[in-house]
Amino acid sequence: MPLVLNEEQEMLKSSAAGFLAEKAPVSALRKLRDDRDAAGFSRALWEEMSEMGWAGIAIPEAYGGLEYGYVGLGLILEEMGRQLSVSPLQSSVMVGASLINIGGSEAHKRTLLPAVAEGKLLITLALQEGLHHAPEKTALKAIASGDNFILTGKKVLVMDAHVADKIVVAARTSGNAGDAEGISLFLLDAKTEGLSRERVIMVDSRNSGNVVLDNVSVSKADLIGDLNGGMAILEQVLDIANACLSAELLGLSLQAYEATIEYLKQRSQFGVLIGSFQALQHRAADMFAELELCKSMVLASLQAIDNGEDNVSLMAAATKAKLCEVAERVTNEAVQMHGGIGMTDEFDMGFYMKRARVAQQTFGGYSYQLDRFASLNGF
Amino acid sequence: MPDLEQFRADTRSWLEENCPETMRQPMMDESDMVGGGRKPTFKHPDQKLWMERMAAKGWTVPTWPKQYGGGGLDKHEAKILREEMSSLQCRAPLQGMGISMLGPALLEYGSEAQKLQHLPKIANGDIWWCQGYSEPGAGSDLASLQTKAEEKDDYFLVNGSKVWTSGADKADWIFCLVRTDNSGSKHHGISFLLFDMTSPGVSVKPILLISGRSPFCETFFDDVKVPKENLMGEQDKGWSIAKYLLTHEREMISGFGRGASKKFCETAVEAIGLEHGRLADPVLRNDIAKLELNILAFAKTMERVGDETKSGKGLGAASSIFKYYGTELNKTRCELMIDVNGEQAMGWEGDNYAGGHFSRTWLRSKGNSIEGGTSEVQLNIIAKRVLGL
Ligand SMILES: Cc1cc2nc3c(=O)[nH]c(=O)nc-3n(C[C@H](O)[C@H](O)[C@H](O)COP(=O)(O)OP(=O)(O)OC[C@H]3O[C@@H](n4cnc5c(N)ncnc54)[C@H](O)[C@@H]3O)c2cc1C
Repeated sequence: MPLVLNEEQEMLKSSAAGFLAEKAPVSALRKLRDDRDAAGFSRALWEEMSEMGWAGIAIPEAYGGLEYGYVGLGLILEEMGRQLSVSPLQSSVMVGASLINIGGSEAHKRTLLPAVAEGKLLITLALQEGLHHAPEKTALKAIASGDNFILTGKKVLVMDAHVADKIVVAARTSGNAGDAEGISLFLLDAKTEGLSRERVIMVDSRNSGNVVLDNVSVSKADLIGDLNGGMAILEQVLDIANACLSAELLGLSLQAYEATIEYLKQRSQFGVLIGSFQALQHRAADMFAELELCKSMVLASLQAIDNGEDNVSLMAAATKAKLCEVAERVTNEAVQMHGGIGMTDEFDMGFYMKRARVAQQTFGGYSYQLDRFASLNGF
Repeated sequence: MPDLEQFRADTRSWLEENCPETMRQPMMDESDMVGGGRKPTFKHPDQKLWMERMAAKGWTVPTWPKQYGGGGLDKHEAKILREEMSSLQCRAPLQGMGISMLGPALLEYGSEAQKLQHLPKIANGDIWWCQGYSEPGAGSDLASLQTKAEEKDDYFLVNGSKVWTSGADKADWIFCLVRTDNSGSKHHGISFLLFDMTSPGVSVKPILLISGRSPFCETFFDDVKVPKENLMGEQDKGWSIAKYLLTHEREMISGFGRGASKKFCETAVEAIGLEHGRLADPVLRNDIAKLELNILAFAKTMERVGDETKSGKGLGAASSIFKYYGTELNKTRCELMIDVNGEQAMGWEGDNYAGGHFSRTWLRSKGNSIEGGTSEVQLNIIAKRVLGL
């Protein structure tokens, strides 16, 4: 498959760009933050997005989706990155729906996916326990008891935890923390007895949350995938999530970069435009080169997912590592090259830097991904 | 499409039959390259055989028209040939400035007579070309060149000197930038001449490189008479030809960033070994992972730009990064190659040290970000032309 967007994809991208610029620009994020909005996103807007099919973009047609693939989802996320639009697209579609679609039973898919595609059901994943992303270190215990499992423990950094309807919890059913084997995935209703949620507002003004499970009972029927076989499902979902987060990082980096180039053409010091200083020109040109590499990697890894290629993990790790490196550099330079104004809350650039860091860390940052890339290459 | 599949099958079987086994081994260094010329040197007789067989099919320059010694292949066929050659690990049969630099410029700007005179000889490896661009006072600021060509009856009288002329001591002909007018802006008044290096008044003096080889020279012109029909394009308007040719030179040089057929990390594992499945040297592992990541991302970008061009989107701005990024990447690779192979890699002569292969390759790579326009100049170009700064 050629590394270019087809006409349909180009159209999706430009219509998403237009829609988001109008309805979900950075000023909307700022307003959500300043109003201390209870949901942390606009439900009315999410409804509109869902009506356009975005919530079902990567869900198979058989389950009420558009079956447009992850290239499609990535294009929307890239544009959302440009505008820093807030929505449950990442928690519920990129992660939740992918998880059900990959690991769920036919019954799970039939009951859950159409509701996700309509934007009526939010599913999120509760995975992380410690400071860092390390899925194999899952320790939260699920102890068999008759036809049920009893779950006790705490999860952190659960996207949109406080507004989710369903939460998939990764729990240890055998072995020890650190073993890839022995992790199982349980689908829980967010209102289950013994489950409590605490909203955590992140530096990028988005929602994360802690989920505490205190002797929560869950039926075997709510197991996603095989008992002890959760890791294989998680790996696939995390590859998808990291490729998609890379698309978001690409969008926000391009936006921050382009705004900076514009500023270099407007701001004068010493009687000349600051863009005429070679010290800034060379850094700008070098970042241009890096961003071109990022574009290629994002598209290549999303295509690899859609084509079911056998190097998806390697491509996802490589892409996320590259985007972590470049997004960090570009957002830092964007603030630096704006001088004092870049440090003000009133100016938008800070939002880009904040969002970049959260997206970088989500499901494994630079060092995690580079290490994974090396291991997948056999060294 | 079925035609292309047939073409692929035919190409593959022809290559399998005609490419000698020795020409399917990776090239170790510059001495394995074949440049042709009037007095060609072949390290191995198979090099000659392989060059001649490919030239007979026009496949030393697969996309050039047949009447000029090319293979007349379209983009798709040429891609298939490239793919089949790389899957069989066939070496390039013939390389040099004639094929990758002057040829494309001749096709674009040459007169019919010039094309017929020069292109077939380039394709067959009969003539070795060198490039007379840089001068002692005109490097990055190439347009300030001063080698003078005075118009006489039916010839130009050329006086001046060039420097860093790669292969001038072996070359048969030179394509040379000269000044025919000094009155206007520095970009005006440059002309593009082609002439025989055996012309009276041409002399060369080799310059030893840090890699211990001597592929470049000082080149002097002392009342050299160049027939007027050897002017390519219009008089005084050679600068656009010069730039056109430079884009091809940069494309060729950036190919170094593409990486070798064998993955760098495999070499590293052989040399250093694994501990618990990881390269035993954790610091190097980190550097090599970064390198492999960038090699992959660079290759994907070349692929994307190629696909965009094929789909009719035109050559995007992304192509402006190739020379800069590819050469910097190659320098990083060569530095790491030394680290991976340890102090042995610093050997200079003798079989133990692969004849100085590593150290010489490492040293030569430093020139990649200087020749064909330095990295700094490439960044200037991106800043000005692409970013509009
Ligand atoms: C291996 C090799 C082979 C070569 N082969 C040939 C050949 O066959 N034919 C030929 O004609 N030439 C050849 N060259 C010459 C090459 O094109 C020049 O060396 C090159 O263009 C740089 O010019 P210079 O050496 O005069 O360096 P300078 O232009 O003097 O540059 C010195 C330093 O200043 C920097 N600099 C210069 N201008 C600027 C600027 N505006 N902004 C920022 N930094 C700047 C450069 O980047 C460099 O770091 C070869 C060079 C090498 C190394």
